[in-house]
Amino acid sequence: MAQKETNRVMKIDASGVSYRELNARLRDMTSNGTSKIELRNVYGQRYIGTDLGKPVNIEVFGTPGNDLGAFMDGPRITVHGNAQDGCGNTMNEGEIIVHGHAGDILGLSARGGRIFVRDDVGYRAGIHMKEYGNKKPVVVIGGTAQDFPGEYMAGGILILLGLNLTEEERHKAKFIGTGMHGGVIYLRGIIEDYQLGKEVGVAELEEKDYQILQKFVGEFAAHFGYKAKGILKHNFIKLFPRWLRPYGRLFAY
Amino acid sequence: MKTYLPSKFLIERDPERCIQCQVCVNQCSFDVHYYDAEDDEVRSREENCVGCHRCALFCPTRAITISRNPMDYRENYNWRPEVIEDIIKQAETGGVLLTGMGNDKGQRIYWDHLVLNASQVTNPSIDPLREPMELTTYLGRKSDRVELEPDSHCLKTELAPQVKLEVPVMFTAMSYGAVSLNVHKSLARAATEMGTLWNTGEGGLHPDLYQYGSNTIVQVASGRFGVHPEYLDAAQVIEIKIGQGAKPGIGGHLPGEKVSTEVSLTRMIPQGTDALSPAPQHDIYSIEDLSQLIYALKEATNYTKPVSVKIAAVHNSAAIASGMVRAGADIIVLDGLRGATGAAPKVIRDNVGIPIEMALASVDSRLRQEGIRNQASIVVSGGIRNSGDVAKAIALGADAIYIGTAALVALGCHVCQQCHTGKCAWGICTTDLALTKRVNPDIGARRLANLLRGWSLELKDILGGMGINALESLRGNRLHLRGIGLTDTELEILGVRMAGS
Repeated sequence: MAQKETNRVMKIDASGVSYRELNARLRDMTSNGTSKIELRNVYGQRYIGTDLGKPVNIEVFGTPGNDLGAFMDGPRITVHGNAQDGCGNTMNEGEIIVHGHAGDILGLSARGGRIFVRDDVGYRAGIHMKEYGNKKPVVVIGGTAQDFPGEYMAGGILILLGLNLTEEERHKAKFIGTGMHGGVIYLRGIIEDYQLGKEVGVAELEEKDYQILQKFVGEFAAHFGYKAKGILKHNFIKLFPRWLRPYGRLFAY
Repeated sequence: MKTYLPSKFLIERDPERCIQCQVCVNQCSFDVHYYDAEDDEVRSREENCVGCHRCALFCPTRAITISRNPMDYRENYNWRPEVIEDIIKQAETGGVLLTGMGNDKGQRIYWDHLVLNASQVTNPSIDPLREPMELTTYLGRKSDRVELEPDSHCLKTELAPQVKLEVPVMFTAMSYGAVSLNVHKSLARAATEMGTLWNTGEGGLHPDLYQYGSNTIVQVASGRFGVHPEYLDAAQVIEIKIGQGAKPGIGGHLPGEKVSTEVSLTRMIPQGTDALSPAPQHDIYSIEDLSQLIYALKEATNYTKPVSVKIAAVHNSAAIASGMVRAGADIIVLDGLRGATGAAPKVIRDNVGIPIEMALASVDSRLRQEGIRNQASIVVSGGIRNSGDVAKAIALGADAIYIGTAALVALGCHVCQQCHTGKCAWGICTTDLALTKRVNPDIGARRLANLLRGWSLELKDILGGMGINALESLRGNRLHLRGIGLTDTELEILGVRMAGS
């Protein structure tokens, strides 16, 4: 009986349902062992995926609200539409796949898990992501980003593919990696030096970087129906923190 | 570069008493005392002395005396020694002057200009030794009204989560990294023993401390260090930190020297890097955004615990506090001008923010005027020194008080203001394992619990003297306060009458 319940796809029509009620229903369903939930007609409900703590599959149709997957710990959310601000905020574990755009502060302070966005993202993507040991958040952005991607980054991997830019078109973001003191950014496409934060260095990719890219660009391509090979053919650069203590010399003791 | 800074302290070693045992050499973490093998004599580099007194108190023969260096500058009210020496320091380093602890300047301390009332003749005082006195405090949102079931008389209204305090004094946010694990253990155990709460600060919660969860406030700040579902679930209260009295508007900055292996683990940042907490929380640019994070945390914990929001006391605190309450904060924390820190730019610490007394009075008044005072508890911090300050704060409108510096002093701190160096000789504000073991959590917890016990007894004495047997009757009761040496404007903002009137 319980087995049956687990395999069933539960559907919720979210139109007119408040976020609090919607999330309460998600909580109930996941605690009953449901493994797949389909949300239809989502109109801006916040915090979807928060406090579920299980590897449940959630398919979102419509437009989820801010803080999608905030503090999330395990679920896999697929958004058939655009995500708003704060997607993956302080996420611990799980996966968010956005078939569209995402707003500002994508993956703010993420500690683990993966976020794939097919198109563009807003300001401060991947800000203050962290990592320790095996826990390493990964954010892959198919399009381009607004200013300050990777700001204050203390860990994790941020990949910016720029697939919707033409051959001559530069990325739009400025202040890339400002305050970065950990982690790595891989960037495909053209940028000028002035677009980089003062704290990042630029390097050619090494073999292990290509392995990382192959893995995560591979996953990205699989999610959105791209060919990974075609994407990886292009030139990538690697941005890394130049100093462990970017502001170490600021102070008089 | 040769330094032009004179030594701050002189060290006198009584040759009659000194037995060359080198305890001072081992105790000093600032490299002051050293043993000269050639002369078989212990000597001092006075220029390094910070005046923490560790050596003097641990010298078995009491041979060491530390005093201020009497080297006088020519009298000048404007160019005081501190001003001159700050300039010298910056000329030699070119940096932002960093400091620890709270504002040490002479701005008016209003607690010292407020006096409490007592019963005489017309109403009897109460003897707390023989009659029950109530200090119990509940923090959390209170309903506008309560309804009962008509038949059973059971409570019909659903109450927001409440947290019970046996003593209205809690230990304020001091992060793991700023202070040591043994300090956290001491605070957690003392809070548990005394029925109050301690606060993790924004450095995460060490695995050893989850057992004290029901007496723990966990903090969520701009760096989001150590914030994950298990951490939120463990706590009794979740506190969003917007600002801190020692550095309003400034982010946190745990110097790389203090980011040890273990700190690196709980914070999830590389070892030896500076732990940077951005100045703003980048998901909060407005009251509406604050509300979003408050409810994100309530969703993350299924509405089972109060969410607190802490701000530094600044010019517009009253309006901001009103917004915070409307945004859904169950507890609001105001940290005043004298609030302390593990590290802050000195210019910010000493010049930004307003006194906690003024902020508390204006926030309490504002929330009352708007009819929303019941919707959030008010907690104040920033320089609270004794139970007299606590009683005055309660009378001005606070529900509870946070102490930080007072708790550290109980653990041994002598307020030498070197927290930012990571070299604390008392083993408090450091992550150096050789130093942190100087705080024994069993003894530390005892000292802290003793302090709270002492203050509780004194609070009961104060209440009894007023003829009150419950702290609740003093809360926001400003008629029990009178001002001395204050202007009309000061009295008006404090909502307190002049002594004698």
